[in-house]
Amino acid sequence: MVKGLVKKYGDEAAVDGLDLTVKEGEIFGFLGPNGAGKTTTVRVISTLADFTEGEISIGGYDIRKDQKEAKKLMGVVQQHISLDKDLTVRENMMYRALTQKIPAEKRKERIDKLAEYIGLEEYMDRTIDSLSGGWKKRAAIVGSLLHEPKVLFLDEPTVGLDIQARRLIWDLIRKLNDKGTTIFLTSHYIEEIEALCGTVGIINKGKLIAHGSPSDLCNRVGSTAVEYHGPNHATQYKYFSSRNEANDFASSLDETHTVLIRNTSLEDCFVELTGRKVGDE
Amino acid sequence: MMFEFFRETYYVMWGDLRFMRHTVLNILISSVMSPLLYLLAFGFGLGRGLEVDGLPYIAFIIPGIAALTSLSASFGSVSTRLNIQRLYYRSLDEMLMCPLSVSAIVLGKSMHGAIRGLVSSGIIFAIGLAMAPEHLHLTPLFVISIVLSCFAFSFLGVSAALLANTHQAMATFSNLVILPMTFLCGTFFSVDSLPTVFQGALYALPLTHSSVTVRASSLGWDFPWISLFVLLLFCVAFFALNVYLIKKKKI
Repeated sequence: MVKGLVKKYGDEAAVDGLDLTVKEGEIFGFLGPNGAGKTTTVRVISTLADFTEGEISIGGYDIRKDQKEAKKLMGVVQQHISLDKDLTVRENMMYRALTQKIPAEKRKERIDKLAEYIGLEEYMDRTIDSLSGGWKKRAAIVGSLLHEPKVLFLDEPTVGLDIQARRLIWDLIRKLNDKGTTIFLTSHYIEEIEALCGTVGIINKGKLIAHGSPSDLCNRVGSTAVEYHGPNHATQYKYFSSRNEANDFASSLDETHTVLIRNTSLEDCFVELTGRKVGDE
Repeated sequence: MMFEFFRETYYVMWGDLRFMRHTVLNILISSVMSPLLYLLAFGFGLGRGLEVDGLPYIAFIIPGIAALTSLSASFGSVSTRLNIQRLYYRSLDEMLMCPLSVSAIVLGKSMHGAIRGLVSSGIIFAIGLAMAPEHLHLTPLFVISIVLSCFAFSFLGVSAALLANTHQAMATFSNLVILPMTFLCGTFFSVDSLPTVFQGALYALPLTHSSVTVRASSLGWDFPWISLFVLLLFCVAFFALNVYLIKKKKI
C-alpha cells in the first residue's frame, strides 16, 4: 500500500502524490512511458531510495519503521541484471541465500529446487557473464525468490530479451502467481501488461492517472475504436461505447478514408489518458 | 545481538571471500608488486649506505613500506571492487534490499580490503624480517597497528566506493588523497625532519599515524600511543561515515 508518495530530486517531483493499493495474490501492472516514475517508485518501495513524503507498507509493515520485516516479504528483480559477475550462478545464489538469512539446512535445497523449476541447472557453475540475456534474467529471478517472498517486484523483466525468452519469463510469472506470489510488474511493453495483469495502474509524470482492470480502462475510453486515415495518411482514432456507434461514424467518412474498426486496446487507453505513446521520452 | 551482527558480517563478506578464492594468485602478485619495487628502488637503490636515526635505511623503510602496503592493498582492493559492485554490477543494491544491519554491511564489505592488506603487509614485513633480522621485531603492538591501519584504509575505501559516481571520480580521489599520502606520510623519511607547519598537515592524515606506530613497534622505539588512538579514531570516523551514507541513502 502506497499513500501520498512524493519523491523529489531537488525541486522536481519524480513521483508526485502517488496512492496505490495492490491486492494480495494479483498480478498488478504498473504502466507508463519512460521517465514517468515507474522505476523510481519501485526503488523507493524496495527501500533503495528514500522518499520525501508519504507512507508505504508491505504486508502491513511500514517500510521506514519495520524495514527488516518488510524486506523479508519482498523480492525484487531490477531492470538491470544485478548479480555479481565475478561469481558463478551457484555462488550468486548461495550469496543471496546467506544475505537473505535463509537457514543453513534449507539453502542448498531451495537453490537446487528453484534452479530445476526454472530450468537453470546446467548453467549453475557458469559465470554470469557467460549467460545470454534471458538466462541472466532467469538467474536474477531465482535469486529474488530464494527467501520465498510474498510480493515479487519485477521492473521491466523482459526488456532487451528476444521473443522466446520473453514468453518463457511470462510463463514463469504466471506460474509464480498461481503459487500465491503477488506480482508487481512494471513495463513499458503494453502487450506484456495486457497478457499478464489482472489490474493495471497507469502512471504519468509521477502521478497515477488510471487504475483498474484492462477492460475497465478500455471501457472508460470506449470499448470500440475506429482507426482511420485520409489522403494525408495521418492516422486518427475515435472511441465509442458500442460497435453500432462506431459503424455509424465509419459510414459518415467519405471514400477517401481507410477505416479499421476494432476493440479498444490498452495502448489506445494509454494514449488517450496520457497524450503520450508508450516508450515516448 | 553481537553474535547476530558477526553472523551478518560473515554473510556479507562471503561473496568477496569467494572472489578472493578465484583470484588468489593475481591478488598476491599485484598486492606485493609495488611495495617490492619501493623496497628495491628506495631501499637498495637510493638508500644503499644511508643511515637514519642510527639505523640502516633499509631497516628504517621496511616498516614504512609495510604501513604503505596496508594503505594500498586495503584501500585499492575494497574501493575498486565495491565501486564496480555499486555502479556496474549493481549487486550492492541487492545487498541493501536484504534484511541486514547497515553496520554489518559496512564491516562485511570492508573485510575483503582488510584481509588483503594484512596478507600483503605480512608478506612485506616477513621479507623485511629476513633482510634486517637484527633491527626488526614482530611484536603485539606491531600486529595491532597493522590491523588498525588495514581497517582504517579499508573503511576509507568503502567511503570512496560509495561516494564516487564514476571511475574518473575514483581516480581523482586516488590522485588527490592516496598518492600524496603514499610519498609524504613518513613512509620513506621521518616526518619529524620536516618544518613544523608541514608536520601539522601530515599528522592530519591517517598514514602518518600508521607509519609511526608500525615503525616504533617493530624497531623497539618509544611507542606513540597517541598515534594509535588517532588511528582508532580514523577507523571509527570512516566507519560512521559509511553507515551514515548507507542509512541516509546518500549513495
